Amino acid sequence: MTAPLLETLALCRSFGALTAARDIDFRLEAGARHALIGPNGAGKTTFINLLTGVIAPTSGAILLKGRNITSVGQAQRVKLGIARTFQINRLFRRLSVLENVYLAVAERVGAAPAMLQPAGTRRDVIEESMRLLDTLKLAPHASRRVWELPYGRQRLVELAIALGLKPEVLLLDEPAAGVPSAESHIILDAIDTVPRDIGVLIIDHDMDLVFRFAERITVLVSGAVFATGSPREIGADPNVRAVYLGQAARG
Amino acid sequence: MTPTESPWADHPAAVALAGRHRLRAWEPIPWILALAFYFVFPKYLGFGTELLITILFAVSLDLVLGYAGIVTLGQAAFFGAGAYTVGILAKRGIWNEPITGLVLAAAVAAAIGLGSGLVLLRTGGLTLLMLTLCTMALLEEAANLAHDYTGGFDGLDSLPIAPLLGRFEFNPLYPTTQYLYVLAVLFVCFVFVRTLVYSPFGQSLTGIRENTLRMHAVGAPVRGRLVLCYALSAAIAGVAGGIWAQANAYVNLGTLGLDRAATVLIILVLGGYGRLYGAFVGAIAYMALSHFLSKLYPTAWQLGLGLLLVVIALFARNGILGIAELGVRWLRRPRPMP
Repeated sequence: MTAPLLETLALCRSFGALTAARDIDFRLEAGARHALIGPNGAGKTTFINLLTGVIAPTSGAILLKGRNITSVGQAQRVKLGIARTFQINRLFRRLSVLENVYLAVAERVGAAPAMLQPAGTRRDVIEESMRLLDTLKLAPHASRRVWELPYGRQRLVELAIALGLKPEVLLLDEPAAGVPSAESHIILDAIDTVPRDIGVLIIDHDMDLVFRFAERITVLVSGAVFATGSPREIGADPNVRAVYLGQAARG
Repeated sequence: MTPTESPWADHPAAVALAGRHRLRAWEPIPWILALAFYFVFPKYLGFGTELLITILFAVSLDLVLGYAGIVTLGQAAFFGAGAYTVGILAKRGIWNEPITGLVLAAAVAAAIGLGSGLVLLRTGGLTLLMLTLCTMALLEEAANLAHDYTGGFDGLDSLPIAPLLGRFEFNPLYPTTQYLYVLAVLFVCFVFVRTLVYSPFGQSLTGIRENTLRMHAVGAPVRGRLVLCYALSAAIAGVAGGIWAQANAYVNLGTLGLDRAATVLIILVLGGYGRLYGAFVGAIAYMALSHFLSKLYPTAWQLGLGLLLVVIALFARNGILGIAELGVRWLRRPRPMP
């Protein structure tokens, strides 16, 4: 049996007395469309931070294609193919949309450390960035400063930066958070265009989005995996309904 | 398909990024003015030399503060390190050739920048600000205590600096050599910094300034980049300090002091940071203002400067150049078709 794309083994993380991740065994398969849901404070963002190396686990292991990356640093994990977006926009606000993506692509192709060559002469990086913006229908806005864009489009720039890293694992932390519902279809359509070979893990509260997108769902409650299954199984699970869906269904 | 035939090469955003580093039509003007100054005001070359050194020092600060977003109050540490390197080597008769002296000054300052940067740049914000200040204070006190080498409070004077290129004497009364020498060194350093900020490395520094967390998330070695930038900036500040010592044949504790560090910060804020030429505009504005105000109100002239800074900080965050940019944008604003 081949190793899954990304796997965690008994992953734990405590902050003092608070256990934010409790023995999480999780598998993300290559090309997966996986969703992670759970009530507020369930430890979803902590889990993403553990996967990306922002914080170190208290115990347990993280494996990428069978290789133990638990002690690999954040920057190196990006190089190994793990990219993420943020729940709250983390963009280069005063730079143009193109420059935002340029930074990510330049970092990936190893252009970024060059000191004596003008950034503008890396036509290959500019070209790739523009092509990526085009697939997300952002090309007409490429000249605009990021802060000038409506929030929904800024969320797309978040996604564009992550895709510019050509990841194998893409972690989307509430990609539609803060976007007015009239605009949220832009985000959903964009997520649909993510290449099929990328394994995507999406964290969200928005059940429409989760059930439209996910082929597999993991429910996290109080830092532990509560249930994992297909959307149908999760939707029919009375325990899940009790702890989570019942509350969410109201909204 | 070759990149030149790419369908996106003509997109305004791609054109803007590809041509960002090109020389703008007005960019030779400051250099022409600086050369003209030499011929028009031969009596003020001492003042002119001081101004050019201040610009060079401010350019070094712009690299760390304006581009990489490292908030420092200790930039004079490197200015002083460069000045004392030149001063001690010359006074002890070890080395007094000016150009290689500047290289040594840059190397010493860069080494201090690298060493302190590796420790300091683990922090940020107010902590970093205080630590840069502390580093400078420690160096100043060390220079004060090492009386045998540095002359302590009195400093080192009458430094025997060798003639430039073996031919041009540094005459303190007629600083013609100093002026042209400083102008040439400023030009070389400026071209280096300009190249740097428009490079992919410079772009990534801007990225760190705009959003450090995101730069981590795109896989950038953030701390390494910052330390490198800090050391390069220190080297340039070291050149500024070294050339100051050569031009004045003199070093004292003031080269390491908070006064100098704060003044250069004020100059950069006044002119506009993160803009390369803010250092030029700020230094000229600051020197002109202090000259004018101190004649007008000899006892309270700094009050006027303070008030101006408050106004800039409240209403014109991008300094004088920022105001000019707004003006240009207003003139070029798209107008409705008649």
